[in-house]
Amino acid sequence: MTTVDGTPVPAPPRAGQCLRTYLRDHGHHAVKKGCDAGDCGACTVLVDGTPVHSCLYPAVRAADAAVTTAAGLPEGPDDPRPRFAAAAGFQCGFCTPGMVVTAVGLAERVADPERRARALQGNLCRCTGYRAIADALDGRSAVDAGPVGAPAPAPATERVVRGTERYTLDGEPPAGTAHLVVVRSPHAHARITRLDTSAARALPGVLAVLTHENTPATLFSTARHESRLDDPDDTRVLDDVVRFHGQRVAAVVGTDLAAAEAGARAVLVEYAPLPPVLDPETARDAPPIHPEKAGSRIADPARNVVAALHEGVGDLATGIEEARAAGGAVVMGTWRTGRVSPASLETHASRAWTDADGRLVVLTSTQVPFLVRDELARLLERPAGSVRVRTARVGGGFGSKQEMLTEDLTALATLAVGRPVQWELTRTESLTATPTRHPMRVAVTAAARPDGTLTALGIDVLSDAGAYGNHSPGVMFHGCHESMALYRAPHKRVDAEAVYTTTPPSGAFRGYGLGQVQFAIESALDDLARELGLDPFELRRHAAVRPGDPFVASADPAEHPDDLAFGSYGLPECLDLAREALARDGDPAPTGSTWRVGEGMAAAMIATIPPRGHRARAVVALDAGRYRVRVGTAEFGNGTATVHSQIAVTALGARPDQVELHGGDTDAVDVDTGAFGSTGTVVAGTAVARAAAALAGELRDKAAARLGVAPADCTLGPDGVTAADGRRVDLADLSGARGEGAHGGSPRSVAFNVHAVRVAVDTATGEVRVLRSVHAADAGVVVNPQQCRGQVEGGVAQGIGTALYEEIRLDDDGRVTTRVLRDYHLPQFADVPRTEVLFADTVDALGPFGAKSMSESPYNPVAPAIANAIRDATGVRPRRLPMTRDRVWELCREADLPG
Amino acid sequence: MDLLTVETFTRPADDDGLRALLPTLGPDRTPLGGGSWLFSVPQPHLVGLVDLTALGWEPVVADAGGLTLAATATLATLADLDPSSYPEWPAVALFAGCCEALVGSRKIWHTATVGGNVCLALPAAPMVTLAAVLDGEATIWTPGGGSRRAPVVDLVVGAQRTSLAPGEVLRAIALPAAALRARTALRRASLSPLGRSASLLAGRRGPDGGFVLAVTAALPRPAVLRYDDVPPAGTLAADVEALGDAHGWYDDPHGTPAWRRAMTLRGAEEIRRELGEGR
Repeated sequence: MTTVDGTPVPAPPRAGQCLRTYLRDHGHHAVKKGCDAGDCGACTVLVDGTPVHSCLYPAVRAADAAVTTAAGLPEGPDDPRPRFAAAAGFQCGFCTPGMVVTAVGLAERVADPERRARALQGNLCRCTGYRAIADALDGRSAVDAGPVGAPAPAPATERVVRGTERYTLDGEPPAGTAHLVVVRSPHAHARITRLDTSAARALPGVLAVLTHENTPATLFSTARHESRLDDPDDTRVLDDVVRFHGQRVAAVVGTDLAAAEAGARAVLVEYAPLPPVLDPETARDAPPIHPEKAGSRIADPARNVVAALHEGVGDLATGIEEARAAGGAVVMGTWRTGRVSPASLETHASRAWTDADGRLVVLTSTQVPFLVRDELARLLERPAGSVRVRTARVGGGFGSKQEMLTEDLTALATLAVGRPVQWELTRTESLTATPTRHPMRVAVTAAARPDGTLTALGIDVLSDAGAYGNHSPGVMFHGCHESMALYRAPHKRVDAEAVYTTTPPSGAFRGYGLGQVQFAIESALDDLARELGLDPFELRRHAAVRPGDPFVASADPAEHPDDLAFGSYGLPECLDLAREALARDGDPAPTGSTWRVGEGMAAAMIATIPPRGHRARAVVALDAGRYRVRVGTAEFGNGTATVHSQIAVTALGARPDQVELHGGDTDAVDVDTGAFGSTGTVVAGTAVARAAAALAGELRDKAAARLGVAPADCTLGPDGVTAADGRRVDLADLSGARGEGAHGGSPRSVAFNVHAVRVAVDTATGEVRVLRSVHAADAGVVVNPQQCRGQVEGGVAQGIGTALYEEIRLDDDGRVTTRVLRDYHLPQFADVPRTEVLFADTVDALGPFGAKSMSESPYNPVAPAIANAIRDATGVRPRRLPMTRDRVWELCREADLPG
Repeated sequence: MDLLTVETFTRPADDDGLRALLPTLGPDRTPLGGGSWLFSVPQPHLVGLVDLTALGWEPVVADAGGLTLAATATLATLADLDPSSYPEWPAVALFAGCCEALVGSRKIWHTATVGGNVCLALPAAPMVTLAAVLDGEATIWTPGGGSRRAPVVDLVVGAQRTSLAPGEVLRAIALPAAALRARTALRRASLSPLGRSASLLAGRRGPDGGFVLAVTAALPRPAVLRYDDVPPAGTLAADVEALGDAHGWYDDPHGTPAWRRAMTLRGAEEIRRELGEGR
């Protein structure tokens, strides 16, 4: 009999069952499902003391084995869990149970970096960038509980490192939960001519088959925003036309996964192929992909244009002339970015059921529970109050969970079959059919006087929306905004279009378009600095906007005023910090005649809040001496649970253990736009700060009234309200008091980031080795230094993935060929250098406690900094991401460098 | 992942038990080694698994003729072999290097088997490289109760294609002593430090001066070049090019054919030089 953490498993496994499922089916949820293919390590367990990927381990083979999970590791000096807790060695924490099991006994033995990288080859972390994990193995401590400014640990720390924190599917499923499996399109573009589900429905265990014939035809967008009008309504739950290889065609609900899968294989679909449109360059001349959607807010359906922006200030030609006449320089070039998967370790998943009151409840892995609720209610034609959407801890998002990708089908399915229904995307579904970063082609024109004063800056952007327009307008407009507005130039021009193709849809991704455009602009400015013989740091310092300047991307601010302001201005300090740090330390360059060394940098600006409204509300209530904070935001590794707790602790003078947070639930508060756009601190955090301040005021007022003193003479502390004369009203006597707070997302500030690297390039192989990586960030007042550093490091690691490794690839038929994580290379421990993170010392006038956002922005300048360093090393300008070894090698051949 | 169509999981405990099952093997019923590939991708065509790991096959047998690796020997077993225990066979040092060339983690080594890696026949399969450079000869059990032998380089005929017939099972790979007496060298190119091999080359040079180069990962199937002595650079390069002409440089997300060709030529020359120094 198999024992797990000392407990026998009461029933034998199924014949083809893997150990991971066997364990989870019996309630051992410390074992996570990240890839289901032996690549990510989230399911690592010990089988008789040997670490294995339990997703690959036949359960039958463990019949007499003793299995140990993260929940059952022996306590003691070799227990890695306290180390991961002390070092804050996680963010979303989904990979952590597998990490700690792998780390058992490793810490002391694997001090050698190369061996450590090998030892962690099979454990992927998408959030941290691995520095905190290395620190955990080394036994370094980074956390210390406390108010704003302290490196407080995440409230869930103990549960995360022990594998007892619940993610979306970790709770016991409701009784009778059925499973859903989707039939997907084998064509990039086709009309369904016949759909026969009779054979599927006749199979034992198949409860229902959903198709375009029995689901609402209502058009919607999977993208979710505060205003649902931001995205085109071009998508159906299930459509009779498929527009990408992998699109949902039918959903089969079965009593178990085997029945649902068998049903999916039995669904008969016939297609009449339509012309595929795989190249965004020719999409505007191709047959329309959404021809009959005139009312869907598509810019030009006939030309496959989702969104377009053509505007400017001044005249580019004039600016170019000015630069030339002054003896300056003009740079033009075109850059391309790849299709990148957000690849959070927890795939999209949801469970839906009807509760005892007849309400539809959806438990889902989302960044936007309230927006999902609202759109579900619209699709189902129910009042919003009859739908409750909530989350558990979310295992990473990076933008991909600002979409409604599973909830519509699980909701429809549970209503159809009258039982709870669960759908968990496979890793292959995640890689092939959930939105990616928008691939872009960006042409830049930049002109400057000899001193670096920009006279003209123009971009021409083509963004590949893929088959549906979810997030495509927003990504395009945002991508062309702060990237352009960062620099002063009298003549500016943006020509941008996002176009449909019959490829997997693009969507929200960390940076939301800025990274793609900044890759191009920051590369062009690097060329400009070279032509002018200027230091690239100095060119930025000279050309960047500064307080007093309007933010001009491509529109005249007099005609288009906005709510963006300099809450603080840390860019010059970031430039200084990064330049100084780059000059010191770093790994030595490899020896050998084919290695070249170079340095590069890039700057980035981002608004601290998305435009067009972003709302949060919070309620803080005192109950039996404890503060209960209710807020809409879900925790997905962004650390908002920690920040919100710290804010409450600070505003209420409380001890950390007095604060309890409840979030990610449409029943928690009445309004919340969601955890995206890096708003967790500045919007939801402000709402918490205001709610806590209101409560603190009420507590002082009440106590003052009882004590007969003025509220101003009362101090709120962990035990109660104390008057100047020392008399105190205990917190226990003030139960029931509550405070509310809100934030509407305006006005907005700007945050700055500068990344700089020194790299070595092997011109014979194309290998790029990062010798030194530094990142300076203007985050305003840093609410939690270890968390903020972690956000920066994680963003840098994701940036390195985008720069050097990651690309979703399609074949000539539009089918994704990178279908497993072995073929889509997420950065491993071995791939990510240590980054020195430096913070500018500023206080934002708008953010809570002077803080700014710092989640997306560190990602944006990384790829151009590396590209600029490769250019510096080799003399050849990279123009396409990712800069994989084969591509860099190809560049070196074109330049005739030593092979 | 769960293989939800699988209804039977058979674990024969001895050779006779396995022999009796061989005729039942076919497209829907397959032998199972470690499981690190079979359980990593959907296998909706399978209804039965025959697990080879309870047979008790001795993983590594050494005798005067050389080393015999059971098909069920795990990569961890190979990686843990101590080269100093085989002073007469310096090629044993290659084993750990080939294990490290696997894209799978060390945790995979505990379950992945030599036979599974060879029979999966991915171009980047490092156990194929190992067997190819060391003249590995496969012993294959046939469904009629007999067995046949074939060089591993002939067993693997293309990307994920072998010459195994239905009902045949790889029993062992013999590495002859003559090959094990050679010095060896390994070169690998990948798009990332620990990524899947885009080019994996192993060379050996025997005490008689003979030079053998196995070219894998960059080609859809393994190829071996043999020389009486270390060839001139030009000869080796021309022969490597000829392999590319004959088989085509492999193309998948792990590297372009042109880069693979260049990395293969580079690695071959590095191995030629390394093994050309001294004897």
